[in-house]
Amino acid sequence: MSLRASSMTDGRADRYAPGARVRTVHHDPPHHTRLPRYARGKRGTVIEPEGRAPLADVRAQGRTDCPVEQVYAVRFAARDLWGEGEHDVVLDLFESYLEDDQP
Amino acid sequence: MTGTTHSDALISRRVRRLETLLEDRGIVTGAAVDEAIDAFLTGASAAGGARVVARAWTDPAFRARLLADGISAVTELGLSAGGVQPQRLRVVENTADTHNVVVCTLCSCYPVRLLGPSPSWYKSEAYRSRVVREPRAVLAEFGLVLPEDVAVTVWDSTSETRYMVLPRRPEGTEDLDEPSLAALVTRNALIGTAAL
Repeated sequence: MSLRASSMTDGRADRYAPGARVRTVHHDPPHHTRLPRYARGKRGTVIEPEGRAPLADVRAQGRTDCPVEQVYAVRFAARDLWGEGEHDVVLDLFESYLEDDQP
Repeated sequence: MTGTTHSDALISRRVRRLETLLEDRGIVTGAAVDEAIDAFLTGASAAGGARVVARAWTDPAFRARLLADGISAVTELGLSAGGVQPQRLRVVENTADTHNVVVCTLCSCYPVRLLGPSPSWYKSEAYRSRVVREPRAVLAEFGLVLPEDVAVTVWDSTSETRYMVLPRRPEGTEDLDEPSLAALVTRNALIGTAAL
């Protein structure tokens, strides 16, 4: 992959750098979310920040206090998602869906 | 692939009902909605994506710009990748070692401006739920059997970024000009469910 983050972001400090090991939160909210169920509580690796966007979970509720967050492309091994498989799956995830994954 | 067609989907009925309510209450007119949809879809077909691919195959500098920042690159060709909301475009390149395929497991996010309206199978639950779990089996059902040593990456369009695959240029096409190359590019190749 020869992707550059610089052209896609607005230069504000990001919590995660490319290569960061992260774990997705294990939430199960009653409202809309863009963290699919199959990718909750899973370990992955940040590819790069993708740019900031209004947090969909809050925006979908019609609230006026919608935070704007960095969105990251995060790569997951199929084995970590499904317990089997050799492929990778990449999702675009809001920063608040992610936690540090300390070994 | 089998699956629910778009017109049967619950979401379609919900949207029609919502539109009816908005019209009944004078918030929008049907004509305004039609006008907005027409404006959005004008010129939107896979021919746009195919032009982008043909240029990337023949112009290495353009290819580099396309992979770095899809929106800026397609704008150079007079195309637009944007939707109703601001979006980014990431073009993912197939190589001898890697095959990419695009899905939206949560709904049906798709680069409409570059590929035209999405096929019904792209919106089907079968495709959306299976391709992230067993992509090789799904691709085989499309007639694409990948060698074991080719790594598969599935891109799930869960946020603002839209994805398009840059397929591998077929062998024996060195003498073709850009329009002839573009004519080889299929919609499914731009989604990643076919090779060329």
